[in-house]
Amino acid sequence: MAIKKMGWKELMPGDAISGGTAAEFETGDWRSEKPIFHKENCINCYFCWAYCPDSAILLDENKKVVGIDYKYCKGCGICDRECPTKKEKRAITMETERK
Amino acid sequence: MEKIVEIRWHGRGGQGAKTAALLFADCAMSLGKYIQAFPEYGPERMGAPVQAFDRLSDHPITLHCGITNPQIVLVLDPTLMATVDVTQGLPADGSLIVNTSKSPQEIRKELGLKNAKIYTVDASAISKDKIGRDIPNTPMLGALVKVSGLLDYDQMIKDTEVKLEKKFAHKPEIVKGNIEAIKTAYDKVKGEK
Amino acid sequence: MPRIARTGNEAMAEAMRQINPHVVAAYPITPATEIVMIFAGFVANGVVDTQFVAVESEHSAMSACVGAAAAGCRVMTGTSSQGLQLMSEILPIASALALPIVLCEVNRALSGPINIHCDHSDTMAVRDFGWIQIFAENAQEAYDSVLQAVVIAENMQVRLPAMVTTDGFIISHCMERVEALEDAEVKKYVGEFKAVNSVLDVGKPLTMGCLDLQDYYFEHKMPIVESMKKAKDVILEVGLDFGKQFGREYGLVENYKMDDAEIAMVAMGSTCGTARVVVDELRGKGVKAGLLKVRAFRPFPAEEIKQSLSKLKSVAIMDRSDMFKNQGGQVFTEIRSAMYGGANSPILTNYIYGLGGREISLDDIRKIFAEQKKNAESGEVSQLIQHFGVRI
Repeated sequence: MAIKKMGWKELMPGDAISGGTAAEFETGDWRSEKPIFHKENCINCYFCWAYCPDSAILLDENKKVVGIDYKYCKGCGICDRECPTKKEKRAITMETERK
Repeated sequence: MEKIVEIRWHGRGGQGAKTAALLFADCAMSLGKYIQAFPEYGPERMGAPVQAFDRLSDHPITLHCGITNPQIVLVLDPTLMATVDVTQGLPADGSLIVNTSKSPQEIRKELGLKNAKIYTVDASAISKDKIGRDIPNTPMLGALVKVSGLLDYDQMIKDTEVKLEKKFAHKPEIVKGNIEAIKTAYDKVKGEK
Repeated sequence: MPRIARTGNEAMAEAMRQINPHVVAAYPITPATEIVMIFAGFVANGVVDTQFVAVESEHSAMSACVGAAAAGCRVMTGTSSQGLQLMSEILPIASALALPIVLCEVNRALSGPINIHCDHSDTMAVRDFGWIQIFAENAQEAYDSVLQAVVIAENMQVRLPAMVTTDGFIISHCMERVEALEDAEVKKYVGEFKAVNSVLDVGKPLTMGCLDLQDYYFEHKMPIVESMKKAKDVILEVGLDFGKQFGREYGLVENYKMDDAEIAMVAMGSTCGTARVVVDELRGKGVKAGLLKVRAFRPFPAEEIKQSLSKLKSVAIMDRSDMFKNQGGQVFTEIRSAMYGGANSPILTNYIYGLGGREISLDDIRKIFAEQKKNAESGEVSQLIQHFGVRI
């Protein structure tokens, strides 16, 4: 969908942009590698949540990690890299994206 | 005072030529004059020949060029006269005031000066006597007030006292010494007969 | 009103003390050192509430100023020459972010060769960065202009950074009589600082200075264009209002004995004061001479200058810096462009003078006026551009 570009008089003064605009920018379609979340292995250390550059780690109302927000996850793999779980019981694994 | 009066001070870096020029102008301003005071622009080095300048007027001073023909020249250190032409640009009716124990006649002979008025005062001796150190710049102020007749003597003494009291609030003896030095130089400065 | 004896630097530092900005970030450089040195003393003695950021370079000084201003603070600094050049990478960011930083600048020649004395090459080099530039003639105007610059820069129609300049040593180190305002008057005059944006406001999160490519960069430059247009009116209003409140009126330009003038000089900074003396002299001899002082160089008062000069016969335009383009200096270039398309244009000649602090004396100015008289009588240009006072 084409976004209408604003004229200069419509812009905020001082080269400023209001916060939270990244929500409008769906980076999920950049993904070539996809993280898969395995709830049974998760120890809720929040490493993935803290490291994710796109705030794409989903938490439930009890603040437990429940999955990945694929609308924003761009498949960088940082969550998999930082996840401290053992090799045979990984909470996050990466697989090739199939669209 | 119809015209602007211009003054040049000669000294060595550290002798207080700039301070004297600023003090005199500040005092003149307090007494209602329009003023300018500025040092010779450039890097300051202890002992090197330096100059400082004053402009005084009853009217606002707008010009901001250098001073080349001062009506009054003051020499804080007589040894400068061997290397610096202190009379440069001094008009025929100008005044030269030198800190020295010599007489105006002797200075005239030394400089080979044909015109201008010459005054001498032993500001260094006065300073040593009254302040306890050789800081000739304050006594030279007294000589300048006497020779120039630009400022009212009593008002000048009063104003300088107030300013020094503010600056040396913790050392009242310095104020007293300086004021006495100015008064003595005012009395002792001598011209040619 | 207190009458004080102050050098240009002391007068600017005094204005800064009375303005009491939130943040000052600065690095010393001759001949502007005293401004921030004296101000640092005020901070150390608790006379002001300012957060003083001592930095390791002017690049950092201006960066800290931009950061503090973006956080919603009233910010000031001071510099000169090479210092201003080191700031130059950050200067256009300040204007793009609409940060009303006020810079006390002392005009000093650019290296090389190394020189510490006055010319206008430093401020001219940054003239196109979206900063308001006000050239002060003397210590009094420097003091008054720093106060006004805060009001102009922070005006909601303007919101641009501003620099006020004095001529290095000639004004910065010359003690003069200055009529100062009371602290309370200044406090009332500059008022409370009103931030437009604050990057530290968690209630209204925002980003300032994003990467801005082909699709938005151009749009984000337009507010500077618009603000500069409005700045002209605001400088004028503020100058008039200052006159009403405190008795000293200022404009974009000053016409000195220009009403019926036939020949004139156009100058900026301390040279104007010296030129006034020659204009008075010439008037005393019946010569219709005048002086046009350009006070605001950015925004450039083209219309006002055109109006002042169009009836004249010959005009000497004084540039205290060269552009090295074989077409004269910055002031000359601007004025020639401003005069284009008018029905009447006087003979315009350019004098590039005073580089590196080279003296400009009364005799020099007399000589330049004599040349204008000759041009006016003959109707011919003797020499379009000359480097005045240089040895051959």
